Amino acid sequence: MTTIDRLVGAGVDRIDGPAKVRGTAPYAFEQDPGEPIAHLAVVQSTVNRGRISRLDATRAEAMPGVLAVLTPASAPRLAEGLSSDLPVLQSLDVHYQGQVVAAVVAETSEIAAAAIGAVVVEYAAEEPDVVLSTDRADLYAPEQLMAGFDTDSVIGDVDGALAAAAVTIDATYETPTQHNNPIEMHTSMARWDGDSLTMWDANQGPHNIVNDLAKGFGLDRGQVRIISPYVGGAFGSKAFPHPNQMLAAMAARVVGRTVVFELTRPQMFTLVGHRTPTIQRVRLGADADGRLTAISHEVVEHTSKISEFAEQTATPTRVLYAAENRRTTHRLARLDVPPPTIMRAPGETPGMFALESAMDELASALGIDPVELRIRNEPTEDPERHVPWSSRHLVECLRTGAERFGWAGRDLRPRMRTEGRWLIGTGVASATYPTRRRKAQCRISVDGRGGTAPVRYLVEIDGSDIGTGAWTALSQIAADALGVAMDAVELHIGDSRLPRAGGAGGSTGLASWGSAIVLTARDLRRRLDDEFGGQVPADGVTVDGGIEGEGPHAKTHSMHAFGAHFVEVRVDADSGEVRVPRATSVYDAGTVVNAKTGRSQFIGGFSMGVSMALHEETLTDPRLGHYVNHDLAEYHVATNADIGELDISWLDHPDELANELGLKGIGEIGITGAAAAVANAYWHATGLRVRDLPITPDKYFRELGLT
Amino acid sequence: MREFRYEQPPDVAGAVALVAGAPDGAFLGGGTNLVDLMKLGVATPDLLVDVRELTSREITDLPDGGVRIGAGVPNADLAADRRVRERFSVLAQALLAGASGQLRNRATTGGNLLQRTRCGYFTDVTKPCNKRLPGSGCGALEGVHRNHAILGQTLDGPGTCVATHPSDMAVAMLALDAVVRVLGPDGERAVPLAELHRLPGEDPSRDTTLRHGELITAIDLPPLGFPSRYRKARDRASFAFALVSVAAALRVEDGVVREARLALGGVAHTPWRALTAERALVGGPATEDAFAAAAAEELEAATPLRDNGFKVPLARNLVVRTLADLTEGSR
Amino acid sequence: MDTEITLRVDGAAHPLAVDTRTTLLDALRERLRNTSPKKGCDHGQCGACTVLLDGRRVNSCLVLAVTVGDAEVTTSDGLAADGQPHRLHRSFVEYDAFQCGYCTPGQVCSAAGVIEEARQGWPSAVTGDVTDEPDLTDAEIRERMSGNLCRCAAYANIVPAVAAVAQSEGVRR
Repeated sequence: MTTIDRLVGAGVDRIDGPAKVRGTAPYAFEQDPGEPIAHLAVVQSTVNRGRISRLDATRAEAMPGVLAVLTPASAPRLAEGLSSDLPVLQSLDVHYQGQVVAAVVAETSEIAAAAIGAVVVEYAAEEPDVVLSTDRADLYAPEQLMAGFDTDSVIGDVDGALAAAAVTIDATYETPTQHNNPIEMHTSMARWDGDSLTMWDANQGPHNIVNDLAKGFGLDRGQVRIISPYVGGAFGSKAFPHPNQMLAAMAARVVGRTVVFELTRPQMFTLVGHRTPTIQRVRLGADADGRLTAISHEVVEHTSKISEFAEQTATPTRVLYAAENRRTTHRLARLDVPPPTIMRAPGETPGMFALESAMDELASALGIDPVELRIRNEPTEDPERHVPWSSRHLVECLRTGAERFGWAGRDLRPRMRTEGRWLIGTGVASATYPTRRRKAQCRISVDGRGGTAPVRYLVEIDGSDIGTGAWTALSQIAADALGVAMDAVELHIGDSRLPRAGGAGGSTGLASWGSAIVLTARDLRRRLDDEFGGQVPADGVTVDGGIEGEGPHAKTHSMHAFGAHFVEVRVDADSGEVRVPRATSVYDAGTVVNAKTGRSQFIGGFSMGVSMALHEETLTDPRLGHYVNHDLAEYHVATNADIGELDISWLDHPDELANELGLKGIGEIGITGAAAAVANAYWHATGLRVRDLPITPDKYFRELGLT
Repeated sequence: MREFRYEQPPDVAGAVALVAGAPDGAFLGGGTNLVDLMKLGVATPDLLVDVRELTSREITDLPDGGVRIGAGVPNADLAADRRVRERFSVLAQALLAGASGQLRNRATTGGNLLQRTRCGYFTDVTKPCNKRLPGSGCGALEGVHRNHAILGQTLDGPGTCVATHPSDMAVAMLALDAVVRVLGPDGERAVPLAELHRLPGEDPSRDTTLRHGELITAIDLPPLGFPSRYRKARDRASFAFALVSVAAALRVEDGVVREARLALGGVAHTPWRALTAERALVGGPATEDAFAAAAAEELEAATPLRDNGFKVPLARNLVVRTLADLTEGSR
Repeated sequence: MDTEITLRVDGAAHPLAVDTRTTLLDALRERLRNTSPKKGCDHGQCGACTVLLDGRRVNSCLVLAVTVGDAEVTTSDGLAADGQPHRLHRSFVEYDAFQCGYCTPGQVCSAAGVIEEARQGWPSAVTGDVTDEPDLTDAEIRERMSGNLCRCAAYANIVPAVAAVAQSEGVRR
């Protein structure tokens, strides 16, 4: 196996890079359906709750170039059984502001956009209920959380331990509604050929989109083909089907030709999900040496009235630190809001902000270095499941990061460093994210081609590259597993015709698809060796293989990626503006398949965490129930100028128990803990503890008592 | 977007005649704000008269040492102009603090002055807004208004409006005593910039005192002759509208303020000339205490809303720091 | 209202009929099926649609196609001369200055604009003294590239990718 290390681990340039930088790689909107494309635009509800009392599309229907107007009265009936917001245009009931109440198909996008303004809709509206709070009487415990986690966990006597603790922290942290906002807006282009549907679509896994379309239109799965070779970012919003796929398919059926539906940016705030706001009470009890005796993490968050999405916010608290007495709970309020969905590291991202902020507060209360405090509470086994770690090197991440960052000698006291008008501080936080994998099938074919033509291996798997580098990393994995050079591998991903695999999400992509490819390649090589003497036969060989899901050690071990972030923050003493000039992150993520694209995943995750810490917040008008800042001018994400020098590194500890490649998944670990590291550094710079994100300049003055 | 007719007349007089004769007609400059608002359904002209190539794209010296800026000069070119950088650094800084490189390449000087508010209730036709739809109410007053006005708002009645003016450039020009040259159906007139923008009063639908069909053709800047500076605080490091901004110019002799120009952005329906503070500064010592006292005097008139009270100490701090920096620079 | 125009794009003239409402971006994407400029917001807030218009970077989503006249439109794809990638293309790939790739052609066009603007001596918001001739430091690149949002947040790689080309073009010391 001398070739194994040749490509895996190397910083190979993206194979899709040359096309992407020039803009010739076709995303969903840019695919060629082979016929003229009609454009779809939608009318959205202006109320949160109620019922359509009048809908008049006469004027829109009469506009030249309008091909059809779909309304709840005229739209094709979808089969029963679709959940959440997928039964679009099937009822006059309105469940959230922005719900699609009519759709226009027209010859051009300009005509479609103009025609929606000519559709008259009136509502019998009820008062919206959109405000999350901890004192709502209707908070409830969901059956279970996303990804199958238990709703609550209770171990020992938390209240007793808190009462007896030498030092306690009791603080409430809040994170706002956030939106994924990939730069490619969700786009679906549908074409029917008889009863077969082809859809070029922006999603995180074509197979994930097939089911609901097949169900809704009464088709066999084989009659639905989803094609998505290039996807312009997703971060969770493109994981599951949303109304856009249903609408495009419906409209194409009605007008009998290809229809494309490209969401507008404001529609990205209502039709494709969001991250729930959270209110999190964290209580920590510790002895005088900083050893935790109790951890309590109670989460209140929202879901929509039409579907339950229970974000697993406190789950990182179940694994990160040792303590004998522990409690995590999740309670939901059902509100008149659009259905929430997953957004990069759902659960860990908001949850780690709270936990890692609380740890910083505890370090301060104890007068202990916050790195040291974390090291003192390193658990020897999973503290709630009581199973060993498959591998855990958090302490090494903390120590390595401290060294690289220059943490030593840091003054524990806040507001001690200034430079001109800048207040300067540093902060630390841990990172963690579960290591999992999903069922994945794979097919590898090799043709003999006879004679002198180079042997080519066709690797087919319905994986997905949403920017992760999967195109490249999977090619590396395949080449190594087949013992060939990368250019002998032809990878096909992003098409539901390919062997079924789970989507890109939960940092499971490479663990799942990569393992499937490795095992299938081994099978192929074995067959070539056993049956053909190591030679490729003239008519080729095809092998189907894959993995069934979690590996054998998932039940017996606790598997997680870890990391540590060190951040310098500068706060302008006059304006409260915040800058993050530099940061160091060290990861324990097992094998990093591609050093170049892997580093990019870490950079991207961490930077999104900075963006969360300082900028991101979807604002709701509580009386109207509307989002108010539904565009990229007012929903701020970090710009280039907001991100400073990033020192990214990872430990060389493949996790032999996790999967065939020893990797732990890297798409989400970077964002976990990042916002807390920024907030902790902000506190160190200013002496001000902001417990509700984002840390915008107004909060500087609020915390100073000046507003 | 509503359908519209597009015209490229041969000269500005023709452009004025076209718009003056069309009640729903509008001039098109760089389009960076108007096209945006048309897509949102906020602006619904049925005629666009393209003046981008008609109004001057020249910056010329005036005999008194000032400059005349053609209304068609792109923001980027204005910020890059040597004379502007050397004599009116506050203006170059303000322009560079605004928008993005791409937008500054396209946006014109005249159009920048006529930018409309970024208030989320104004830009969303499904929400109440007295500016967009008179009589529909002000959604922001009790709604989301962290980045709204603290001065000069109309806080009750049918004219209720708490929106801010989004331009950075206009704040600098206001401090520079700019004069706007306007061509209308009745001929030319010169409007001091301080009289171009108007507070919401009883009619927030009108941002300016321009009459329909009047076209900004140029902006004159009188000579300044002492140091100036722009400071903007915003929610992210770049490409964001101001929370508060300060345009200031200060002539200090022997530790005494001889002349002061001070304007604030992000605090009102118009760029806000801080005349009260200017009066308090002139003749006084160039010290941080004096600057703070002057800022406080100006901001006494502030009537912050539930969630934007931070703008008062923020504005005060920025005024003090900007004036202090200018003083330090002139030592 | 349809109007006949001719768009000059990446060196070729394209006669086409557009609605007066059609933006340059939509004319390129929907009429000419040019995939290089992207739509990320359609309101000048993200920069994904950035093209060079007579050599200057602009948001093509806010430019009405009827106003373009005989100006030369250059997309990222058009920066590649004779089929050879532009040095910015190569640098973006080498530094992995993108992830999903969707904002990237706009970033590339913007970077070309940044380098040209620096060559002409234009200052930026982070140029300490606006009368100075700027040097494209990392801070300058960050500020000047901030009109191009990258939600994957490849910023920390975009900076060195642009810096390397700026250096070779003599606008970074």
